Amino acid sequence: MSDHNRLSVFKTYKLYVGGKFPRSESGRVYEVTDSKGKWLANAPQSSRKDARDAVVAARKAFGGWSGATAYNRGQVLYRVAEMLEGRRGQFVREVADAEGLSKSAAAEQVEATIDRWVWYAGWTDKIAQVLGGANPVAGPYFNLSSPEPTGVVAVVAPQESSFLGLVSVLAPVIATGNTAVVVASEKAPLPALSLAEVLATSDVPGGVVNILSGRTAEIAAPLAAHQDVNAIDLAGADGELAKELEIAAADNLKRVLRPQPVDHSRTPGTDRMAAFLETKTVWHPTGSLGASGSSY
Amino acid sequence: MTIEKRSAAFEYAPAPESRSVVDIAPSYGLFIDGEFVEAADGKVFKSISPATEEVLSEVARAGAEDVDRAVRAARAAFGKWSALPGSERAKYLFRIARIIQERSRELAVLETLDNGKPIRETRDADLPLVAAHFFYYAGWADKLEHAGFGAAPQPLGVAGQVIPWNFPLLMLAWKIAPALATGNTVVLKPAETTPLSALFFADICRQAGLPKGVVNILPGYGDAGAALVAHPDVNKVAFTGSTAVGKEIARTVAGTRKKLTLELGGKGANIVFDDAPLDQAVEGIVNGIFFNQGQVCCAGSRLLVQESVQDELLDSLKRRLSTLRLGDPLDKNTDIGAINSAEQLARITTLTEQGEAEGATRWSPACELPSAGYWFAPTLFTNVTQAHTVARDEIFGPVLSVLTFRTPDEAVAKANNTQYGLSAGIWSEKGSRILAVAGKLRAGVVWSNTFNKFDPASPFGGYKESGFGREGGRHGLEAYLDV
Repeated sequence: MSDHNRLSVFKTYKLYVGGKFPRSESGRVYEVTDSKGKWLANAPQSSRKDARDAVVAARKAFGGWSGATAYNRGQVLYRVAEMLEGRRGQFVREVADAEGLSKSAAAEQVEATIDRWVWYAGWTDKIAQVLGGANPVAGPYFNLSSPEPTGVVAVVAPQESSFLGLVSVLAPVIATGNTAVVVASEKAPLPALSLAEVLATSDVPGGVVNILSGRTAEIAAPLAAHQDVNAIDLAGADGELAKELEIAAADNLKRVLRPQPVDHSRTPGTDRMAAFLETKTVWHPTGSLGASGSSY
Repeated sequence: MTIEKRSAAFEYAPAPESRSVVDIAPSYGLFIDGEFVEAADGKVFKSISPATEEVLSEVARAGAEDVDRAVRAARAAFGKWSALPGSERAKYLFRIARIIQERSRELAVLETLDNGKPIRETRDADLPLVAAHFFYYAGWADKLEHAGFGAAPQPLGVAGQVIPWNFPLLMLAWKIAPALATGNTVVLKPAETTPLSALFFADICRQAGLPKGVVNILPGYGDAGAALVAHPDVNKVAFTGSTAVGKEIARTVAGTRKKLTLELGGKGANIVFDDAPLDQAVEGIVNGIFFNQGQVCCAGSRLLVQESVQDELLDSLKRRLSTLRLGDPLDKNTDIGAINSAEQLARITTLTEQGEAEGATRWSPACELPSAGYWFAPTLFTNVTQAHTVARDEIFGPVLSVLTFRTPDEAVAKANNTQYGLSAGIWSEKGSRILAVAGKLRAGVVWSNTFNKFDPASPFGGYKESGFGREGGRHGLEAYLDV
């Protein structure tokens, strides 16, 4: 074969914002290396402006995505899993490089990630039945509580688990109808940036997921302070940064999910979905005869 | 005889509730570890009746040292209390619910005296709901594994709770009932203008035989609340009050493991469509903004009326407001009682003056205000735009701002054009319209063809800057469980 003589084609990694693949507005990149320090690629080093653009895109996409039927969202998420399956090999290579894993260990991670995505795809049209329901109030009222997405969620992805960790925090956010601005793992952003290509070629509307790479602290700070971000998942922030971001998030009372030790290899519960859902309770008179003298 | 003369012949006679059913002591201590004690620094403050400015009692004022003492008592009590079988905790809560029912007339009068709200409301709304909350959460105590938070949900530990003055005993019930049902112990700080019913509740805990230290009550000011929230041995912070203080609390607990729930301000939109049953809508609007003198976080303080029915609705509304009776809160005929404090009255006055200065049109029915106490006449603002302060800021008083809209989309856009997201109302006879609009409103509680309804089985809480977490129902348990 002629492969040993052939010069390979490098990939220019780009951000994913509003369904498009821009370079960072700042024009900056930083070196991404594998676990042994070997150069892998130059990743875009996002700026505050990129973060703000991503929020605008996420807000724009929120109405359509949150208003889609849960069945439709489930179909779209499952389509992403189909695309992921087709690119298994690419992700195995990227995860192995990023995390210094053997090929078989990386393959396990990727398989678990795809399965995790499928798991969340199945949740879209069930979570409302689990978290919502009829309230038996003591009066002639029909009273129903249903969960609704909080809005735009900033996700600081886990630093160590570049793909399984990423999907474990992203999928619950969008499965429930939120839109997301993701800050990829600073050290290992390439699987996240490649996930963007999968999202773009599946049926996820542009802006539902926006992925930024760069310095976590630099990108997360403006997101935590942003008045049009409704919630923030601090999974990938260390103690000091998490505290700073939580203080900034108090300015518009963002919902905050604090960093906590999570074993991503275990099947998650519903708490990551519940963290970014509001409960809306709607009352209406029933006109029950006999109750407080009312009639229909 | 003209109609006016005939109605004059049927003037309401005063129907005052007797004060003799409540025995207010000249002074009260802090309730720590099952005992009434003085504040460490010996400080006291006076609780007065806002309707008459009469001093009702002198109350110990908690400081940081007292907070520490109360948290230590709650911590010491936590082990045993959380280890009790749920069925035993349930029985304590059932006992409390029953004693509240037995003493409800006494507590209603006390609450009216201390808060200034009409006896009609304390008797018919506050107290029945207080008892119902304890009754509801009592039943959860031995069924927590069925609440949807896993097979063995655990309590958090010591809950620090800070509550406001608008529904003193009801807010206490909302906070304490789920905390105790889930096995937490409690340090609660009532508001400085309304400490008395919480201290009577301490006596109910004593009557119920509740173990010492499980509930601790610390009357005091904001400094005591801040010390409680910041105390390193508090595991859970629950606050109901202003959005500004809520943000401060969120900053205080940042970087800690303390679980936080906040019930904050609101600027609820009450949307009246042209096909609404207008007479019912008028009653709902009145209830939405004049209930409890408008001192309600979920008050329908913005009336959004479809332009085509604006004149008709406003005529009816003004006619109805002219029949509201303002005065002695202990009179059973009174609709509008006193504003809770001089400070709150000043805030309402400032904001309404700003409304006039910005060009909105102010209207109040002919209304005689008592000479003593803190009073504010029911007030309407028309010619209001979304930029006006009276359409944006929470006034927390009997002040309604009227805006108009033409299409449902415009109504939704205007309703959602606020930093808050607590409540909203929809008035229409068309079911599909109600459901469509309810779906689009960013608010935690939506009342359609009704307003200001509450029930312990129904979750309550806001979107956006109205805070996070829900109180009431199964959802309300989450705030006090490690989930």
